[in-house]
Amino acid sequence: MKIAVLSGKGGTGKTLVSVNLAAAAPASVYIDCDVEEPNGHLFFKPQDLKNQRVVVKIPQADQKLCNGCRTCVDFCKFNALAYIKDKLIVFNEVCHSCGGCLLFCPEKAISEKEKEIGIIQSGISGNVRVVTGILNTGEASGVPIIKRLLQDIRQESEAVFIDCPPGSACIVMESIKDADYCILVAEPTIFGVHNLDMVYELVRLFHKPHGVLLNKCLEEENPAEEFCRKNQIKILGKIPFDLELGTMNSNGQIAVRHHPKYKELFRNLLDLVIKETRHETASNT
Amino acid sequence: MKIVIPVDNNSMETNVCISFGRAPYFLIYDTKTEENSFMDNSAASSQGGAGIKAAQSIVDSRAEAILTPRCGDNAAEVIKAAGIKLYKTVNDSIQDNIKAFKEGKLNLLDDIHPGLHQHGGK
Repeated sequence: MKIAVLSGKGGTGKTLVSVNLAAAAPASVYIDCDVEEPNGHLFFKPQDLKNQRVVVKIPQADQKLCNGCRTCVDFCKFNALAYIKDKLIVFNEVCHSCGGCLLFCPEKAISEKEKEIGIIQSGISGNVRVVTGILNTGEASGVPIIKRLLQDIRQESEAVFIDCPPGSACIVMESIKDADYCILVAEPTIFGVHNLDMVYELVRLFHKPHGVLLNKCLEEENPAEEFCRKNQIKILGKIPFDLELGTMNSNGQIAVRHHPKYKELFRNLLDLVIKETRHETASNT
Repeated sequence: MKIVIPVDNNSMETNVCISFGRAPYFLIYDTKTEENSFMDNSAASSQGGAGIKAAQSIVDSRAEAILTPRCGDNAAEVIKAAGIKLYKTVNDSIQDNIKAFKEGKLNLLDDIHPGLHQHGGK
């Protein structure tokens, strides 16, 4: 069972939710797909760390074979290639490793070499296996790291919690592709509704079963809750705007492991999500 | 000598564009004949690497100098490889900059900025 946690913007509570759900399960895997700024490990402080390099292929030209036809330069949508003074220049950091230049070169002048773009770090924190994708600063795309992260857990029997990057762009699509259920975390503001709408549109596009978790809830009106009612979106629960929870979180503590009140809150949420996922899986097969 | 300036519009009444790679047009000006022409910058709408593509077009136009307020490091790498000199504009007036260039009063652009879209930069 793979559960993805996403939101339209950063700071909504994706990591809070995915970390605590993973900690509340008897045994689980936590995958940090927010490879540009992974922070789940700050809470789990995993032990027995193992690093695995992630490499992509980038082009290199054999200047002797290149006749300057520029087929590759014109093909590259990211403009990672330039042909200057009878020489092909490759901009490694701009290249998205699509391999198109290699396919289209009529002179077979382009070959590929490996470039490291980041690492996958795995370790153990109590009942949770913690797997973190870390993209090197300045790299164009974290998608290859996310692909590898999710490929490695395809056969996983434990519950998997996927902490997604913020927004609804390529890296988020990649993160939710294999998910059985998506939890959308939303803030109780008009801005929060706008961001919720973005990810709501995405999960519908991907036909993913989903529900909304309302975070930072106050006594007053909640525009995100209204949005859910209007669109008949399942509300999974509410997390209060709470000083105690905020303090634990900013101290890098996992609420579920420190406070019985939150242990109960996230256990109940986990039970509900499992029930929803099973229900969705049953009704879709 | 053929010089190039990134500009906002395709007429001599326009101003210097604040962006190099995403300028809508490039003014190509011949300092000897005082002839001018405008080139559409097809790189302006690129998803990424606009500076590289814009620089490639300018290299292909056989210009010998570029007058620009700023330039990213990827574009600068292409321009340098081609042996084209980069000069820093003094204000947004085309006429003022052409005049200053002819009088040898423009300085070389040395503050190359890292890419703006998390591409360039080290």
